[in-house]
Amino acid sequence: MKRVVITGAGTINALAQNVPDTLKAMAEGRCGIGQLVMQDVERLAVQIGAQVQGFEPETLFNRQQLSLYDRFTQFTLIAAREAIAQSGLVFSGELAARSGVILGNSGGGMTTLDENYRSVYEDGKNRVHPFVVPKLMNNAAASHVSMEFNVKGPSFTVASACASSNHAMAQAFQMVHGGAAPVMITGGSESMLCFGGVKAWEGLRVMSKDACRPFSANRNGMVQGEGAGVFVFEDYEHARARGAEILAEVAGFAMTSDAADIVMPSKQGAARAIAGALRDAKLNREDVGYINAHGTGTAANDKTECAAVADAFGAHADRLMISSTKSMHGHLIGGTGAVELLACIMALRDGIIAPTIGYEEADPECALDVVPNEAREAKVTAVLSNAFAFGGLNAVLALKKL
Amino acid sequence: MSVQDKVIEIIAEQAVLEPSDVSMDSTLESLGIDSLGLVESIFAIEEAFDISIPFNANAPDASEFDISTVASITAGIEALIAAQKG
Repeated sequence: MKRVVITGAGTINALAQNVPDTLKAMAEGRCGIGQLVMQDVERLAVQIGAQVQGFEPETLFNRQQLSLYDRFTQFTLIAAREAIAQSGLVFSGELAARSGVILGNSGGGMTTLDENYRSVYEDGKNRVHPFVVPKLMNNAAASHVSMEFNVKGPSFTVASACASSNHAMAQAFQMVHGGAAPVMITGGSESMLCFGGVKAWEGLRVMSKDACRPFSANRNGMVQGEGAGVFVFEDYEHARARGAEILAEVAGFAMTSDAADIVMPSKQGAARAIAGALRDAKLNREDVGYINAHGTGTAANDKTECAAVADAFGAHADRLMISSTKSMHGHLIGGTGAVELLACIMALRDGIIAPTIGYEEADPECALDVVPNEAREAKVTAVLSNAFAFGGLNAVLALKKL
Repeated sequence: MSVQDKVIEIIAEQAVLEPSDVSMDSTLESLGIDSLGLVESIFAIEEAFDISIPFNANAPDASEFDISTVASITAGIEALIAAQKG
């Protein structure tokens, strides 16, 4: 089996529009959550979110591209450009033929849907732009990455709600690990911060109206974000042969299904995924120094996640650090695991553990070291990234320092 | 139909029971209504009375809307109707 390493990373999210600035923001514990700016915002009960600000797509894409790229595709391409530039890879010949793109996404082109529903239902128009379908389909981003970078192997999109990116990256890992592809471009994106997207979430009554405070006793719900995270997963020998800079090793993963409830999380399902990822990565519990939590800031997730970590890690649960960076960049739904993997890479490479900001009050049901409010310096050699989705679909990735 | 009868009708439907099986001191839990059923009941009540109920599933106790029994829910709705439509 091939060892798999990360040789490129890219992002755009509410904190910043590239990786170095995002990591700096995480290290500073900056909050990207603010008042939402969108049409009809006054009709929303929830008016906060982690929106990408100061984003000027017309400076990055031409007119024809803009007519084909929904916001989630734009985010994906920006992140992919950064990741692939960092990797130094140029796809041609055999490398192009065998490499692929697997991205996580949940909602597809929600902005495109929203705008066009508005146009036909509210404005009564009987004609829509010819590219509505190719713009909104949730494989559009993966397809445009394959086209822009000439990547011609296995490419598709994975949808498992809030675990989409982790499932996608696990699948991409598997492709390289098993020798099917020398390089996979992977990660995920989401752009659900439009009127219809927020309105739908509002209905479930799990959104906070003021802040995202994971693990804090006074937490009162999740806050949505948007953006993308994209990585280059590469066969270690391939990367070494060309002298590529290696950011981290992807050591293993596990996926489980709760088979229980469509929205309530399960401790057993989460604990099985965590334990499975350790086994797959051949890690002892004591090896893990940091976990990037799913940590949504909902009452149910955070206590269930802490119980699952305690179950899977036993006594070591009290010695490791676990933080939720959603407190800063919001919950990117199908793209969230990808942006959160950046915090894992920062922990391994820079020895900086991103904090859980907005933490105000200890919760006995979340009695782990959640790195409250301030980043910490620590040497860690192995980390996990948790994602536990609606639908009871869990995916945990394990990364190692190389 | 009185507020009380309408609330009982909505909750009975959610619990798949006859309205006569729902009493004022019933709790949603005793009727077998789970967290999703609760959110759905609140939606149905908002629609039926054209009111907005301040309820966050993460902090049910923090809300002024007391969901502990059918009686407390009915009282809460009556107060909201008075406040929002009065």
